[in-house]
Amino acid sequence: MVSVSININGKVETHFIEERTLLVNFIRENCRLTGTHIGCDTAQCGACTVHLNDKAIKSCNVLALQADGSTVKTIESLIQSDGNLHPMQIAFNEEHALQCGYCTPGMIMSALNLLEMYPNPSEDLIREQISSNLCRCTGYHNIVKAIKSAAVKMNFKNSIA
Amino acid sequence: MYSFKFHHAKNLQNATELLASNTDAKLLAGGQSLLASMKLRLNNPSALIDLKGIEELVGIEILTNEVFVGAMTRHAQVAGSIELQNVIPGLHHLAGSIADRMVRNMGTLGGSLANSDPSADYPAATLALNSTIFTNQRSIPADDFFKGLFQTALNEHEIITKVRFLIPKRSAYVKFKHPASRYAVVGVFIADFGHEVRVAVTGAASCVFRHAAMESALSKEMSVDSISDIMTPTTNLNCDIFADEEYRSNLITRMAIKAVEKINHL
Repeated sequence: MVSVSININGKVETHFIEERTLLVNFIRENCRLTGTHIGCDTAQCGACTVHLNDKAIKSCNVLALQADGSTVKTIESLIQSDGNLHPMQIAFNEEHALQCGYCTPGMIMSALNLLEMYPNPSEDLIREQISSNLCRCTGYHNIVKAIKSAAVKMNFKNSIA
Repeated sequence: MYSFKFHHAKNLQNATELLASNTDAKLLAGGQSLLASMKLRLNNPSALIDLKGIEELVGIEILTNEVFVGAMTRHAQVAGSIELQNVIPGLHHLAGSIADRMVRNMGTLGGSLANSDPSADYPAATLALNSTIFTNQRSIPADDFFKGLFQTALNEHEIITKVRFLIPKRSAYVKFKHPASRYAVVGVFIADFGHEVRVAVTGAASCVFRHAAMESALSKEMSVDSISDIMTPTTNLNCDIFADEEYRSNLITRMAIKAVEKINHL
């Protein structure tokens, strides 16, 4: 057993865990932040995507110990200070980009990292880049539309900020 | 996953000591293959020694004729280097084609080479670019490094520190990727050094190999016609549920043709 401290969504979480604890289990079970999902547990589906030091990673394929002393952001961090949803979440809602919703937290964290790398992605680029995330409802069409729509809105917001 | 002890290595010296003092320990680079195999209980190390904190193992240094990449440099850093894209576009493109964006944010060059997965991408660039693998003990030419299925020339307590890639005149990497994992079903890296052309094939056999017939043909003329009739013998080629030996043999020629076309359009 070992003590691990991770800054999660602005709050330092220190827990005494087994060395083999995965980051996703640390987030869900120790920190009780269950927005991050476990889908395949084999780093294929992307449902467990979070940001580790501002980079998207699959938290089922990373040990909590590898994130010791780091900063992690999960889907719960996206709530705006006025209580509203993040523009990416609003876009997913408006474009009906979720059916069962299981892949959505990972999709959204992945999509935000995508827009940081490519603020104005083409549809082809979005499709290639979200190959890291699986939607078993196969709702990709509207997910791509939502990311495209969020890109436009977020760029507009940045340009007037 | 079986339980294990965990150590953060402070520096290379510390990592070497930890490796020597922990029987059956393994080095943890990005962990994108190692942790997956541990979850399947295919691997059962007594301890993991995390190399993440060793800054000297990270970075890209571009010199006149060669590029040094630190062993703990993440795929995303290599794929994100415009400077590297200008000197070795094939290597830059290869790094950006590994797995997916999230895996590229964790996975490292050293981890990929030490693992020597038969379908990994980096071994193709390492072999084709006549690279040298530097460790905490010695330097190993790429031609002597890859020994077989998940086998390398590394000995038990050896740690890869960096890799020197030679800058070719032109280079390209093309792979037929598995649609889910993005692994190379077959990948071909061609490096044109002017006086010599090197062709490395990954995904097709137990480990990466150089293709002598294609090297000799492309050294005479860098054209599609010079290799389009070259068929690779199916002996020793991989056969799995995704592709049999004959299919892989054909893919080697197809991927090589695409790589030549890419080189000629640079």
